[in-house]
Amino acid sequence: MNAPAPALILDAVSKEFAQRRSLFGRPAAPVRAVDTVSFVVNPGETLGLVGESGCGKSTLARMILRMTRPTTGHVLVEGKRVDALLPSEVLAYRRQIQMIFQDPYASLNPRIRAGDLIGEPMAIHGLARGAELETRVADLAAQVGLSAAMLGRYPHEFSGGQRQRIAIARALAVSPRIIVADEPVSALDVSVRAQVLNLMADLQTSRGLSYVFISHDIGTVAYLSHRVAVMYLGAIVEIGPARDVLRRPRHPYTRLLLEAVPVAHPRLRVRRREVLPGEVPNGVGLGAGCRFAPRCPMAQERCRVEAPTPRAIDGTRLVACHFAEDTPDLPKGLAA
Amino acid sequence: MADVESPMAGLLAVEDLTVAFGRGSSAAAALRDVSFALRRGETLALVGESGSGKSLTALSIMGLLPTEGQVSAGRVLLGGDDLLRKSRDDMIRTRGSRVSMVFQEPMTSLNPVLTIGRQLTEGLQFHRKVSRAAADARALDLLRLVGMTNPEARLKQYPHQLSGGMRQRVMIAMALACEPDLIIADEPTTALDVSIQAQIIDLLLDIKERLGTSILLITHDLGVVAEMADRIAVLYAGRVVEIADCLQLFDAPRHPYTEGLLAAVPRLDLLVADGADRIRLAELPGSVPSPGERLSGCPFAPRCSLAIERCSAEMPPMRTVAEGHTAACWVRAAA
Repeated sequence: MNAPAPALILDAVSKEFAQRRSLFGRPAAPVRAVDTVSFVVNPGETLGLVGESGCGKSTLARMILRMTRPTTGHVLVEGKRVDALLPSEVLAYRRQIQMIFQDPYASLNPRIRAGDLIGEPMAIHGLARGAELETRVADLAAQVGLSAAMLGRYPHEFSGGQRQRIAIARALAVSPRIIVADEPVSALDVSVRAQVLNLMADLQTSRGLSYVFISHDIGTVAYLSHRVAVMYLGAIVEIGPARDVLRRPRHPYTRLLLEAVPVAHPRLRVRRREVLPGEVPNGVGLGAGCRFAPRCPMAQERCRVEAPTPRAIDGTRLVACHFAEDTPDLPKGLAA
Repeated sequence: MADVESPMAGLLAVEDLTVAFGRGSSAAAALRDVSFALRRGETLALVGESGSGKSLTALSIMGLLPTEGQVSAGRVLLGGDDLLRKSRDDMIRTRGSRVSMVFQEPMTSLNPVLTIGRQLTEGLQFHRKVSRAAADARALDLLRLVGMTNPEARLKQYPHQLSGGMRQRVMIAMALACEPDLIIADEPTTALDVSIQAQIIDLLLDIKERLGTSILLITHDLGVVAEMADRIAVLYAGRVVEIADCLQLFDAPRHPYTEGLLAAVPRLDLLVADGADRIRLAELPGSVPSPGERLSGCPFAPRCSLAIERCSAEMPPMRTVAEGHTAACWVRAAA
């Protein structure tokens, strides 16, 4: 009854990109980079977005962050439509949602000291100044594991992991409710990734943050996510509790993707795994049927003529597949 | 080095390889006393993070070190020949013929203005002095071998017309063209999507099985190692810290760095386990030392929870801890 209102709602969001006209001016069909995506993210929850390159996950992030507008559909942050904000409301919106980027080498201004990088958002939003600002910067730095002595240094004096800590502190500076993290640990050394992932988990618990966590690395997504959405060619093909989706995938694409993940231990090696054939097509000229049908080992006649709509399976998840009930389980030892 | 097999037993033996950058007093050692051996038909994984020296080791073997880098000590024996003593012309005849390399980024390693067919036949005509027609026929066979669809048409295409996965198949075909004894694969799947990565791993395993090619696999990805390696050498800050059979290393690592690395990787099979909420990942404190940092003792000592006084003073030697398993640690591999 009194469930908290979702922090983030995506309501049938689509994004089309126009293609260049052909030589004789015949208008080409636009590319649907994101196709009718809907989900909610609750307070304190992580939604993991998984998919291969070109699946539309970064375009989706850009729409959530108001860096590009949906062609149709709406993004709602704390109940407000992001595309219909008044200019006077934009700053308030940015206090609610922040971003962490993949590359901590490219996303921090090299000429600004760490302390100022962290303090800048608070100054811009008029949240603190002077001595109070300094106290809050030192406080935030401590929360992400940076010592006060480090705040006078420039980004190049930090390692990749420390830079990502600065980026996290900077995102937290305005006390947002939601953080969109696009591959936040992919550029880091393996031994440093765990530090940053644990930090993100701790901050979520202490601050009740919602995360939209985007990654191609399914192990990382599994670690941080409560729910997982799997995208293929712009659409969500399966979404549900992380444990269910990753352990017993019902969409054949999810299953093949999980089967492709390298094993964690040589004892789990499976010779001649079922390999996902072919590669992701470019999304131009999707036919009438299921977008995954051309690569799907289970595809039948119906799949080629009728696009499946997402439907509830097991009561916990949505799967866009006519034959989700028939998807075989993962081989023993893999994934779960 | 007592723990390195005699060079005759294996195909490749790297012995005490030391590479320094810069000159005189400012020279910084990027590789120190790196020793390992690769047996015929084996896949040895060189595992390490940034700055560990894994790619530098590969470039040293190939004689492709950047000009600022110099080999200051050591030998690289391929079938008994020391590659480091070979003349430039000799190395040109060796590369691509006896040892070849598959790079991480197939787009930057292929020549964008030559057709796939031309790039595949170039090495054959140079090294094997075969006719154009024979080289063309072989190129077609190679594309079939690496599982390219529609190989006849591919020969006439340019790299930009192929997808990332297809380009990596072409790279592998080029590496195989002259039937080398050894392929060095430097992060061969890192730039690829998961599903394409699985295809390339399967292809490399298949080729190793069918042709008996030895592979030196260079990677930071423990998943790829778990899938492909027979044996593993772990590098940290320019030093080999542990060598073991693949299973042995995953089951019973002896170096604290190896242990920490294995524990720090989010594992799909453990994390989605029953009931429990998030399982905390084990953390390795600190970060990898930068190449310029001079460390007197064990380079891992500053991050190591087991470090004793001796560790920061003196580099531990590689010691045998079990059959075929060596590690360099005063605490965990003590005499």
